[in-house]
This record gives sequence, C-alpha cells and structure tokens, in this order.
Amino acid sequence: MVDQSAVGRCFTPVTARVEPGRLRYFFNTLGETNPVYRDGAAAQAEGYTALPAPPTYLFCLEMMDAAEPFEFLTALGIDIARVLHGEQRFNYLAPVVVGDTLTFRPRVTSVTDKKGGAMTLVVIETEVTNQHGAHVADAARTIVVRNEVAA
Amino acid sequence: MVAAVGDRVVHKAFPPITRHTLALYCGASGDHNPIHVDLDFARKAGFPDVFAHGMLVMAYLGQALTDAVRPSSIRSFSTRFAAITQLGAQLTCEGHVAELLEQNGERRMRLSLTTKDETGEIKLAGEAIVAL
Repeated sequence: MVDQSAVGRCFTPVTARVEPGRLRYFFNTLGETNPVYRDGAAAQAEGYTALPAPPTYLFCLEMMDAAEPFEFLTALGIDIARVLHGEQRFNYLAPVVVGDTLTFRPRVTSVTDKKGGAMTLVVIETEVTNQHGAHVADAARTIVVRNEVAA
Repeated sequence: MVAAVGDRVVHKAFPPITRHTLALYCGASGDHNPIHVDLDFARKAGFPDVFAHGMLVMAYLGQALTDAVRPSSIRSFSTRFAAITQLGAQLTCEGHVAELLEQNGERRMRLSLTTKDETGEIKLAGEAIVAL
C-alpha cells in the first residue's frame, strides 16, 4: 500500500512536443469543430501564434511522450487495475500552441487513506514549462487506489 | 463577456460513447490503460464492462467550455470524477456562473460545471475560473 513515504517523490521529467497531426487526431476523436482549434486564421484572431492546445491536452501530452507513462504506478507499487481517476485540475499561466515543446515535472504531494484503508488517494502535481523556460501551467491529478482489503 | 450569477453559459450535448470512441481516445490521449478498451481486463479487475476514461469526459466538458468562452481566457479548470461513465452514455455538459470576482487585477467569473448522463447522474462536477 502507498504510504506517506511517497510524499515528495519525483518522477522522470517528460518532454513532449505539441504536434499538429496528433492534435488533429485528438480533435477528430472528440468531434471538435471549433475553428479556433482548426483554422490558423481563427486562432490568430484570438491572439495565438499557432493553433492552441485544448484545456485537457496537457494531460495527454505527458502520457504520450513518457518513456513509461505509468511510471507513477509502477514506482509506487500500484496495480493499474486498481486505480481510478478521482480529480483533475489545471492552472493555466500562458498559452500552449502547436510547435511548443513542453517539459512536465511530476511529484507526489499527498497520500491520504480513506474508508479505513479501503482506498488511498494519491495527489501528483506536475509543473509544465515550455521551450523558452516559461512556466505555462500546473496540473494536479488525484488517483484513487482501491486497496485489497483482507476479508 | 457580460455575465450574471446564475446564468447558464455552457451547454452542450454529445453523442453516445461507443467502444470505438474509447479505442480512438486510447490512442489520441496516450492513456493506454487496458481497462478502457479490453473487456477481458476490465472483467478481471471487477468491472462488468470497459468504461470511459475520466479524461475523455473532461475533454468533452472542456470542449463545451471553449464553445462558450475563449480558450485563452480560462485561468483554471478542475473536476472531480463523481461516477464511472459507462459505454453508451449520452453526456450533457453545463456551466453556470457561480460568482463574479476580481483576482490579480482581473475581472473573472467562477463557473460551476457538471457533466451528466442521460439519466441525470452527475459524472463530473467541477469549476473553471474564466477572465471576463
């Protein structure tokens, strides 16, 4: 079971590029038709230098380009079949657009047992910076681990 | 943007979630957790079937949000995944103005967001802070 010793643990930083084809595939999957994401002129009219990434895409980029997308699970000894996503948060500090190269630095910020140990909540906060060193966003995910409880 | 507390500024309905959607999202998102696409794996983990990625549902909510407000005006976006979203779910995303506020010298609104399925069950509950 994950315990307090995990707090402060950092995982391997991930560098990911916002690629136009992969982003288009994401939009096609979601049926996204908003011109700001599809049409360079519409994006420019909104003040972007290139097509912007949508609000949740940071989460995807980090997983797509990680050498081990589930490192946070294996490193903490968590079985992937026992996790659910509990909460997700993004704070946006600067635009992220096609062509950007982002670096994600994840670390565990809290571990909390719930329901007498039946569940453990693990919060992982990730700082996101771009190719210019600008801090563009912070992401935080809470994962819920369904622990095996002795019968 | 003119907004008053109580206004519904976000509202969008999405087509039913299919196995195909989940397979495509698995690739599009980089989230290859088999629990969302491999029925055998999902059953072994104790679930009756595969189910939607929470982040797929949040992506729909994000799409509904940026249909209503400029993407560059969103300062934060957060959700709690209240219930598992099943195959076939027909999701409706809504956002109401919960508060008008000033932060960092900027006029902003706090939107209270929900995603419900066709039975009205809340799947996601969250909020966004958006510059006015």
